[in-house]
Amino acid sequence: MTETAIEFRGVVKRYGDAVAVAGIDLAIAKGELVTFLGPSGCGKTTSLRLIAGLELPTEGQVFIAGRDVSRDPASARNVGMVFQSYALFPHMNVLDNVAYGPVIRGTPKAQAQARACEILDQVGLGGLHQRLPAELSGGQQQRVAVARAIVQQPDVILFDEPLSNVDAKLRRKVREEIRSLQRRFGLTAVYVTHDQEEALAVSDRIVVMDRGRIAQVGTPADLYERPASPFIADFIGDANLIRGDVMQGRFTAPGMGIDVTGPDGPATLSIRPERITLMAGGPDRVITATYLGSRMEYTVAGQVGEMLVSRPIHEPRLTAGQDVALHITATDVSRVA
Amino acid sequence: MQAPEGRIGLIWSGLLLAAVLALPWFKGGAVFASALTEGLAGRVWLLPLVAVAVALAALALLVRDWRVHPMGAALVGAGLIWLILQGFGIGLRGPAFPGIGLLFPAALAGQPGFGWGAFGMGVALIGALAEVLAARGFCRGERFAAFSIVGIVAALTLFVFFPILKLLSAAFIAPDGTLSAMPFLTRITASDLWSIGCLTGTGRCGVVINTLVLGVLSAGFATALGLALALLVARTDFRMKRVLRAISILPIITPPFVVGVAIIVLFGRTGFVTVEVADLLGVRPSRWVYGLPGILMAQVLAFAPVTFLVILSALDAINPTLEEASTTLGARPVTTFRTVTWPLLRPALAAAFLLAFIESLSDFGNPIVLGGSYDVLSTKIFFAVVGAQYDLGQAATLAVLLLALTIAAFWVQTRWLGRASYVTVTGKSDAGLTAPVPPLIKWLAVAAVLPFVAFTVGVYVVVLIGGFVKDIARLEMTPTIDHLWTAFSFEIGDSGLRLFGSAWNSLITTLWVSALSAPLTMSIGILTAWLIARQDFAGKRAFEFGTLLSFAIPGTVVGVSYIAAFNVPPIDITGTLWILVICFVFRNMAVGMRAGIAALAQIDRSMEEASQTMGAGGGRVLRDVVLPLIRPAIFTALVYAFVTAMTAVSAVVFLVSARHNMATAYIMGRVENGEYALAIAYSTVLMLVMIACVALMNLAVGRAKLGRRTAVTGTAQPAE
Repeated sequence: MTETAIEFRGVVKRYGDAVAVAGIDLAIAKGELVTFLGPSGCGKTTSLRLIAGLELPTEGQVFIAGRDVSRDPASARNVGMVFQSYALFPHMNVLDNVAYGPVIRGTPKAQAQARACEILDQVGLGGLHQRLPAELSGGQQQRVAVARAIVQQPDVILFDEPLSNVDAKLRRKVREEIRSLQRRFGLTAVYVTHDQEEALAVSDRIVVMDRGRIAQVGTPADLYERPASPFIADFIGDANLIRGDVMQGRFTAPGMGIDVTGPDGPATLSIRPERITLMAGGPDRVITATYLGSRMEYTVAGQVGEMLVSRPIHEPRLTAGQDVALHITATDVSRVA
Repeated sequence: MQAPEGRIGLIWSGLLLAAVLALPWFKGGAVFASALTEGLAGRVWLLPLVAVAVALAALALLVRDWRVHPMGAALVGAGLIWLILQGFGIGLRGPAFPGIGLLFPAALAGQPGFGWGAFGMGVALIGALAEVLAARGFCRGERFAAFSIVGIVAALTLFVFFPILKLLSAAFIAPDGTLSAMPFLTRITASDLWSIGCLTGTGRCGVVINTLVLGVLSAGFATALGLALALLVARTDFRMKRVLRAISILPIITPPFVVGVAIIVLFGRTGFVTVEVADLLGVRPSRWVYGLPGILMAQVLAFAPVTFLVILSALDAINPTLEEASTTLGARPVTTFRTVTWPLLRPALAAAFLLAFIESLSDFGNPIVLGGSYDVLSTKIFFAVVGAQYDLGQAATLAVLLLALTIAAFWVQTRWLGRASYVTVTGKSDAGLTAPVPPLIKWLAVAAVLPFVAFTVGVYVVVLIGGFVKDIARLEMTPTIDHLWTAFSFEIGDSGLRLFGSAWNSLITTLWVSALSAPLTMSIGILTAWLIARQDFAGKRAFEFGTLLSFAIPGTVVGVSYIAAFNVPPIDITGTLWILVICFVFRNMAVGMRAGIAALAQIDRSMEEASQTMGAGGGRVLRDVVLPLIRPAIFTALVYAFVTAMTAVSAVVFLVSARHNMATAYIMGRVENGEYALAIAYSTVLMLVMIACVALMNLAVGRAKLGRRTAVTGTAQPAE
């Protein structure tokens, strides 16, 4: 069993009457990168700040490295945080920014700066020690922020939407850098984002949150392929939801019948657009056909309802108005309700 | 992380022990006349306090963390409550309530006011209380923030709310010392307050009517003038823009009375203008300027710059595209002004009017010099305390009335106007040119502004030369430094520098008080701004209200309330330098607070959080991150606090003593004696000293250098 780095036990955070976090239990293993993902207002940033100590829980406990830190202020915890705006101190140069933490915690200045230099070299900012943050590019600022967060070998490093100020083109590169640094230093990391693609790309595990609660925890593949609820199916990637009934292990909806697991009664199935195959001729009809460069996207009016279908670009292209048949197999659907 | 926090907690315990065991408990007591020795010598009610201190020290040593231990909280609470109860329960002449005498026979002899020991214990208990609260999650556990809040709340309670409460109770005390509603009702319904005789032609008006008439007229004229000034500066190619902006700064550094004296010199019975005009018209010169006309002139001159700044910022905030839209829809310039610009400006006009109205109500310096027989509340209060018939009850009643009027105006301003303001400029700048005002309105504005400029120039010419000629009031213009010498003569002899001049004492006191209060005012103001802008805590709304209240109270009311509160034990500090310093700190902290809040709004909060996650406690965050980034606001607060302490008069005249006289009070004495030239000479010196000190501060605090990022420097101007 791997060591637990962070644990939430029944954590609730209220602001007056508003509930930001409505009871969370979660354990994060050492060296793991866990992403909190969810729509705005779901409590993901609050959860991150509860780990940092920038908020204290109303109820429940937070453990870091096995110690109950529920009442400890941020300054008494050993966490590193990379802020959305980077929050570099504009009046200090790069070196002072990175050496700030060790100096605060009592390391002699020379030693702190030596340590800061080492980290700055490792993130590839060797020659920029004397620059002020305002004199750096966005990507460089971000690396300073990361260097500053990891210089003290924190129990956990927290990322609060670190890519939201990065150019769309650079995002892939920066998130790979973050991931490789995290692996190289063996850091436990918690990452907050509202971008599901980003979450799928960087995470060991994803915690999807909704209205202050955990909706589902799992690996990226788990969440994408086996969503636990219509919310998850819809939030991560695109999903077609089909409502119908299950009787004796068979799901039926207008125009389809499929064997499923789970109890009898009303049910909802989710199927990803790229898992649906289309065959020429048949009861259904293409309404729109959109060329997206890397793939074709169709909306199809089928007997089961309107379906979004995504097909590789090299397949024969269909046009709006063509008659097709939707083909859905049991291995491609997951039951979400 | 635990060890150092526990250690810092011990500081309070140590201070507590020192306070009860070593420091003199009572005011003026000997070094070891501590709570312990006084308690053993018969004042047994002090012994529980000693017990609390010892028990807390023992607890700190015995348990792992006294702050979370239930006993710690209980001891701190009990200590505070007992400290207050015994202090107020047993006065200088004995117990406040008869029962106490039965309990402690020695209490019948009374006890003096708090000394170093008692104050030390109060501070230590408040510190310990903050520790206890922080350990329970108050302020997200930040000890520094918790201590700041608890400390400032305690200070506000003691130096703002408590005096006001004492004032209220003083208003209900009859001449024979009993408490009842009758004297208050008699005083407050007196006809010399409410008579409207001057309007019906059957005699004089009451003080309240006088005050309100003056306030409305003064605010009305000042607003009209401010509007004219603002339109000229913002919307025309008028050539005197720079002059107008410069003039708007002058009243801030002008000591009170100077303008009043200059007005007397120009318009008094023997005044230059009065005599000329009387000659021209063939009438006898009169004392027409004393009373409403004179006060009005001085106040409009003083408040127009304030209204000007308020209206100017509103004019700048009007999105020019709105006016362009009106023009493209076919409106002529005058129509655009009437239907678009004017309605958008109305909330600012109302705000400016109320601001000037409040200032007029609180004004003391001008009415006392120029009032003649025209009494207003602030002067009436002063004469009730300082005049022949010392009547604190009467003063308190009038002060309560003045306070009610001011707070009502203040309340209207914050509540009602807060909702009515239009902000039409958002972050993005719309391309668009501001519409010049129509010619008709421009010339109306010029017509209003020119007399103002001429008048201002006249007044300041008098101020500049008045101190250095023989007698400006009689137009004897022989240059002389006699007046200056009377005030500031000195001799350098065998025994070193000796200061003979009659004004040295007050100048030195003023410098001391200003130098002590400016940094304190700034610190508390900026700290309060930081707490309000950055901390979430229970009772934050009430906290904000308290700080604003301290700002809204007129100086005369503060003066009377301080006399009512601090003339008797337990907190017996009238006649000291400290009461002057304290008075300034709590009157002026709101300005630093507002500058600080404006500056903090420009700074990304996550920088502070970054500092926290790297291990910095609240104090460290403030020092390393916040303060360097809001240096301009700090400078503003410091300068304002210093300058106000040098020039304030209304609260000061109640609190000065023979030993600690202030420059403004001294000047007021000279004006009352008709020694105008001396008053002017001294004022000139005061202005020069102020300018020199501000220049020094500028060097010391310096300007924030932030590389290319200058976004945070756009902070508040000195508001008024």
